[in-house]
Amino acid sequence: MSTNGKPKYKVIGTRPIRHDGVDKVTGRAKYGADIRLSGLLHGIVLRSPHAHARIVRIDTSRAEALAGVRAVVTAADIPPQGDRMVELGEGAVNMRHLSANVLAHDKVLYKGHAVAAVAADNVHIAEEACKLIDVEYEVLEPVLDVLKAMLPDAPVLNDDVRTDVMGGSPAASDRPTNVARQIIFTKGDVQAGFAAADVVLEREFRTGTVHQGYIEPHNATAMWNANGKVTVWMSTQGIFTARQQTAELMRIPVADVKVVPMEIGGGFGGKISVYLPPVAAALSKKTGRPVKVIMDRSAVFEATGPTPASYIKIKLGVTRDGMITAGDAYLAYEAGAFPGSPIGPGCMCVFSCYDFPNARVEGYDVCVNKPRSNAYRAPGSTNAAFAIETVVDEVCQQLGIDPADFRLKNGAKEGVRRVDGPVYSRIGMLETVEAIKASEHYQSKLAGPNQGRGIASGYWFNIGLKSAVTATVGYDGSVTLIEGSTDIGGSRTSIAMQLAETLGITAEQVTPSVVDTDSVGYTDVTGGSRVTFATGIAAIEAARDIQRQLVIRAAELWEVDPSTVTYVDGGVSGPDGKRMTFEELAHKLPETGGPVIGNGTSGKATQAGAFGTHCVDVEVDPETGKVQVLRYTVAQDVGTAIHPSYVEGQLQGGAVQGIGWALNEEYWYDDKGSMRNATYLDYRIPTCYDVPMIDTILVEVPDPQHPYGVRGVGEVPICPPPAAIANAIAAAAGVRMKQLPMSPPRIMSAIWERDAAK
Amino acid sequence: MAKKRVVSIKLNGDPVEFLCEPRQTLLEVLRDTLDMTGTKEGCSNGNCGACTVLMDGRPVTSCLVLAVEAEGAEVRTVEGVACGSHLAPVQQAFLEGAALQCGICTPGFIMQTEALLAENPSPTEEQVRFYLAGNLCRCTGYDKIVRAVMCAADKRRAAMDD
Ligand code: FES
Ligand code: FES
Repeated sequence: MSTNGKPKYKVIGTRPIRHDGVDKVTGRAKYGADIRLSGLLHGIVLRSPHAHARIVRIDTSRAEALAGVRAVVTAADIPPQGDRMVELGEGAVNMRHLSANVLAHDKVLYKGHAVAAVAADNVHIAEEACKLIDVEYEVLEPVLDVLKAMLPDAPVLNDDVRTDVMGGSPAASDRPTNVARQIIFTKGDVQAGFAAADVVLEREFRTGTVHQGYIEPHNATAMWNANGKVTVWMSTQGIFTARQQTAELMRIPVADVKVVPMEIGGGFGGKISVYLPPVAAALSKKTGRPVKVIMDRSAVFEATGPTPASYIKIKLGVTRDGMITAGDAYLAYEAGAFPGSPIGPGCMCVFSCYDFPNARVEGYDVCVNKPRSNAYRAPGSTNAAFAIETVVDEVCQQLGIDPADFRLKNGAKEGVRRVDGPVYSRIGMLETVEAIKASEHYQSKLAGPNQGRGIASGYWFNIGLKSAVTATVGYDGSVTLIEGSTDIGGSRTSIAMQLAETLGITAEQVTPSVVDTDSVGYTDVTGGSRVTFATGIAAIEAARDIQRQLVIRAAELWEVDPSTVTYVDGGVSGPDGKRMTFEELAHKLPETGGPVIGNGTSGKATQAGAFGTHCVDVEVDPETGKVQVLRYTVAQDVGTAIHPSYVEGQLQGGAVQGIGWALNEEYWYDDKGSMRNATYLDYRIPTCYDVPMIDTILVEVPDPQHPYGVRGVGEVPICPPPAAIANAIAAAAGVRMKQLPMSPPRIMSAIWERDAAK
Repeated sequence: MAKKRVVSIKLNGDPVEFLCEPRQTLLEVLRDTLDMTGTKEGCSNGNCGACTVLMDGRPVTSCLVLAVEAEGAEVRTVEGVACGSHLAPVQQAFLEGAALQCGICTPGFIMQTEALLAENPSPTEEQVRFYLAGNLCRCTGYDKIVRAVMCAADKRRAAMDD
């Protein structure tokens, strides 16, 4: 569906087979764990059995004595960091905290926290050796809940954390605290806004700790060479940030580290922070041999990810005819062991789908004895969307307003100022609501009893950041494209397609490769829904660079002034009807000066936000509380869909992750802070038997900041599902769910409560 | 450490002999000893299906099979699905249907689908979803995988009719 006269593209909008596809369906693609090196040793990390404890003593002598063990490392083998904040691509990071997360310093802060690591001839020996490391702990009381961790008498995780109050005003107190950050945004006159409302609703919400759940566990293989140069092979969302984190943590020059990207088996934000490379590097330094370290699944759950559990309170004021007058939001997110939850984005996103004349948002970043939280697809936004979109639905129900109409009345559009300041440029929130409203799904009738329908919207920023592309024209008319964006979902092809479109050639003529940090210009992470946008711009720039050079070559061949030659329609045109196609000219490159190499970068462009609106039908089993998703439709503003299949795939995959978050997924902790469901059997992500087909409506409102109108699509589809499903459950069973996941026991208690109240 | 054993299997049609410790899984031997890294490890406890291979035609999670148990078996891995440089219908359908994003789950899905279609050449959507429920994919939301499997079934039937 196009909202205005759509430009004619030849390559964009088609569905070529992805360039790395054959390797991936034949098992030939090499992922992080698949690397083989001569002399390879295998590393295993020893992890804390306690959620909160002081490390009194570590004795590695028995492990070192085991035959086949080549080295043991602890935090003592990672250089001290001092008090440094380092910009690592997606924001400044406290290096002492990052280092203590890689290998615990004097305290362990969550069960699964890395304490030591062994390199041995094989994994079995390394595992046995880990059991021989003697660690004496002084066990401390853990704190596992965000609100409890904020209390003045709560156990404190980090001695060096003070509350960072936004706006730079001095910390309220110099006492160590778990409350790492406070954020406040205000817009307009909130009191007056609520006074003008006919309906004011205030609701509280809780969401559980959830994991990104990528199927490939974290891995890293490192070789510390005799010349001090370190090579790391790993699957990562960002080779350059992995390089920088590794170098900074080992306190060696960035130029001494090379990161070689292996294929990556999913990331969703969780493969940006490093865990293993410094450990593997330290083991390699000690042994002089390459060392491979792979996490097992329980380590992935217990020590990586997750995205925070949260407490959110929303107050919403609306007039009788359905206009928003004011909002007030309080959000507290669990950062895990070290500061750094996505409370910032949570606060910025909570009211972002609407035009709020008056609003106040207050947010807190709070340390608890769980793994250090990490980005997960639109980090912070899904928690907030669950809360606000549920309250909006309840208001609509009370006022008897169609929830789509409410969104059309109040929805964000170009020119609206967000509560945290920025003014929207061209965005497609209203178009996604219109698409849902007009859909056959929304218009259809529900088929039976205990069924209900819900809708919800969501927002994510999408970022620009930096990318580099180099493209070389082959004499046969092919192009090799070199990029630094690791490809998690077909991005090689969406980048190659943009280069092909610009040069007027086919996607198949382009061969894209993702290469190591020594072989391509700096490129930021595959995250923030940025790759197709920003690396795409770099590819377009590289293509334009090629065009300029080809124009000069053609002018030389034709002996005309270059200003009379233009690159158009897949070839060069000159005076008197002179014409050569790209291929024809490519054949003549050897005789006109040799190779043509185009370079392109992107660094300044920023993206407008992305919006999605979802519609879901559910059936609630009144006997068991089980919620079955019957039908699901995603409408999203995708700007311009480069490769529609992979755009749909992002929408479908994000929606199903959101369904998992809504209905099943949650870390279960006992009161000692031990996660009781650290397997895929017990931490249950959706299977194909749990979900229906996911219908998609690609709404195309081009982003003017990209030459072809690309908008990042990867993240926003995870935001609406929990609220959409909660709203559908309310329609089906008459209960308003305020806690995620909306598991059968919680649904049953809500149903019993409802019946008791009758 | 227990003594190593000699194990003989047929791997993708070829006789293969290897030495392994009794505690090593078939997955570990395939990947580390035989260098067949197409079979993936996602959980090593039978819950994700990434390591699915066919043992005497039956799909098994190779992380739950000890290598010594494979003695005498015919083992098929993702490396043995294509016929030379001709992709199998399932592989073709996954490619054309964009049924993979990161691709780490793909070898497991392809093997499980091979088993399904050998058992039931014309599965309904419900049957596909039931049969593949042991294979986790975190990227795709399964929509395009299920469609690709149905499409592979059509392709296979068409190829057989020819
Ligand atoms: S690795 Fe075997 S089932 Fe997950
Ligand atoms: S494509 Fe990534 S897990 Fe399935």
